[in-house]
Amino acid sequence: MNRIDKLFQSKKQNILSIYFTAGFPAFNDTLTTIQELDKAGVDMIEIGMPFSDPVADGPVIQRSNEKALSNGMTIKLLFKQLAWVRETTDLPLILMGYINPVFRFGVEKFLHKCQKTGIDGIIIPDLPVEEYRLSYELFFEKYNIYNIFLISPQTPDDRITYLDSISKGFLYMVSTAATTGAINNFNESQITYFEKVNDLSLKTPRLIGFGISNNETFVQACNFANGAIIGSSFIRALDGNGTLTENVHEFIRKIRG
Amino acid sequence: MNETFTADKNGYYGEFGGAFVPEMLRLNVESLRAVYHQIIESDEFQKEYSGLLKNYAGRPSPLFLANRLSDKYGTKIYLKREDLNHTGSHKINNTIGQILLARNMGKTRIIAETGAGQHGVATATVCALMGLDCVVYMGEIDMVRQEPNVKKMEMLGAKVVPVRSGNKTLKDAANEALRDWICNPVNTFYIIGSVVGPHPYPDLVARFQSVISEELLTQLREAEGTEDPGYILACVGGGSNAAGIFYHYINRKNVRLIGVEAAGEGINTGFTAATIAMGEIGIIHGSKTLVMQNEDGQITEPYSISAGLDYPGVGPIHAWLARTGRADYLNVTDEEALSAAYEITRLEGIIPALESAHALAAIGKLNLKKNDIVVVNISGRGDKDMQAYHEANT
Repeated sequence: MNRIDKLFQSKKQNILSIYFTAGFPAFNDTLTTIQELDKAGVDMIEIGMPFSDPVADGPVIQRSNEKALSNGMTIKLLFKQLAWVRETTDLPLILMGYINPVFRFGVEKFLHKCQKTGIDGIIIPDLPVEEYRLSYELFFEKYNIYNIFLISPQTPDDRITYLDSISKGFLYMVSTAATTGAINNFNESQITYFEKVNDLSLKTPRLIGFGISNNETFVQACNFANGAIIGSSFIRALDGNGTLTENVHEFIRKIRG
Repeated sequence: MNETFTADKNGYYGEFGGAFVPEMLRLNVESLRAVYHQIIESDEFQKEYSGLLKNYAGRPSPLFLANRLSDKYGTKIYLKREDLNHTGSHKINNTIGQILLARNMGKTRIIAETGAGQHGVATATVCALMGLDCVVYMGEIDMVRQEPNVKKMEMLGAKVVPVRSGNKTLKDAANEALRDWICNPVNTFYIIGSVVGPHPYPDLVARFQSVISEELLTQLREAEGTEDPGYILACVGGGSNAAGIFYHYINRKNVRLIGVEAAGEGINTGFTAATIAMGEIGIIHGSKTLVMQNEDGQITEPYSISAGLDYPGVGPIHAWLARTGRADYLNVTDEEALSAAYEITRLEGIIPALESAHALAAIGKLNLKKNDIVVVNISGRGDKDMQAYHEANT
């Protein structure tokens, strides 16, 4: 069974998924970050594959992408770093990035590598569902890798229902019309949107992402979904004064409250 | 092989095109796609659009027989004078069309990316005309090398936002405009300046620019008694002026279509913007097309002296015209473009934009005969490039 399904079957609430950029802050930090996140008690990990032109990302993740690339990170080297990752963690692992590097690597080859490495899902914001179904769904199924779909406040209800019907794993619910980045509080229209989606009684579990930065927004997000995804503010924490291990644990402690 | 040269319903030219946008932009792109045919084909739209092209932009643009240039190359060369349009380039053809669309869709705020600043100026101009808010994203490096255009945009009331990510040029400006659109999906319309971006933009922009070849048919018939020249030359960055002057000739296979890319310092130097020559298939700014990229699929930084050609992608229509062999794509270096600019200035009294100078520089690379008719698209005027021209001469 796909580890994402296992997670959502055993845990319905307060799921915490953390995004970080592979090869950041230092090239060899990828595996350590995963191990420490596991020890700190997160439920799922999204490993960012850096890209030169991350259009859906705000300044913090743009910079971590730039840094990782200048550290020499590539998809090929990432798979090398992750070769033995399943000896150290049983958490669901997701690779997140943009379509061009994956396309260049070769989509089927990429998914095959994911399967061999023990990756459970992929998030590619600029791979539209329509293109996915037309050209790539068969490969995802062949290698049992889940393609996670996004919904945003711009997504019409009938499309949300459609995405729910074809989804595997979970739906990534973008909290607001924005690129990635932290905010301090959800506003009224976001809450209305969360409530609306709640009322659609979807079959797929949901995680809320974009703008979650502290215990308060995490708890709030958990009220409207199965949990939340944090990226930018974790990336900022990795730039903190402590060691990598200290930075990871201190951040997760604060988020869990 | 599919040899239709118009976009199919999903925005594909053969294998190139499509709409690779994140879910956050899907509604915007989809609602534009759903209405654009109906709006731009309506009589009301066409009447207003052609009225503005005529009385505001100054169309039709002249077709000028360049006698001294023709003598020099031993052939017959016509110049399509897009440089004489209001705002100094072909860009106004597209921005007038898109702003009417934006108004029709009830949008109140306009964003745009710009490289050389010609599209930025053309966008700021129509925003002033229609009384709409305008934000233009421009790479910090381009703001320095095309400073007169920055001042024009500001005088026109636009906010010019310096882009400091990446190479600080056109690609990064487009990234920033897309991010703005993600953050402001409801009231904002993104006026893309070239035949790039997600479907329907490449098709939309090509249609608006097709007025160039539509006029050329008539003008050549009057001047030469034939609608078909032997050759049509146009520079290609994203490729909007080329798409416009090729448009009505694409299925007239006796006309040779020649796109001219910026080789920068030379296609094998690593300092080039010649995407068709050097690119591989990939996805940039929502479109599957040829892209300059490394082995890992990271988009590489292009280089050209011409800010308007300094782009690591190319419109999907050109990728397809190149793949099918319907059009040929040459490239010329910075140096060749500069000397072509001086040549036409001294022979014909026309100072072209650096972009257009690339098209002119390719004339000498063709095997032309005395009876050939060659049309070169002078896509813009050189006012903005005086500093580069001055430096080249000293």
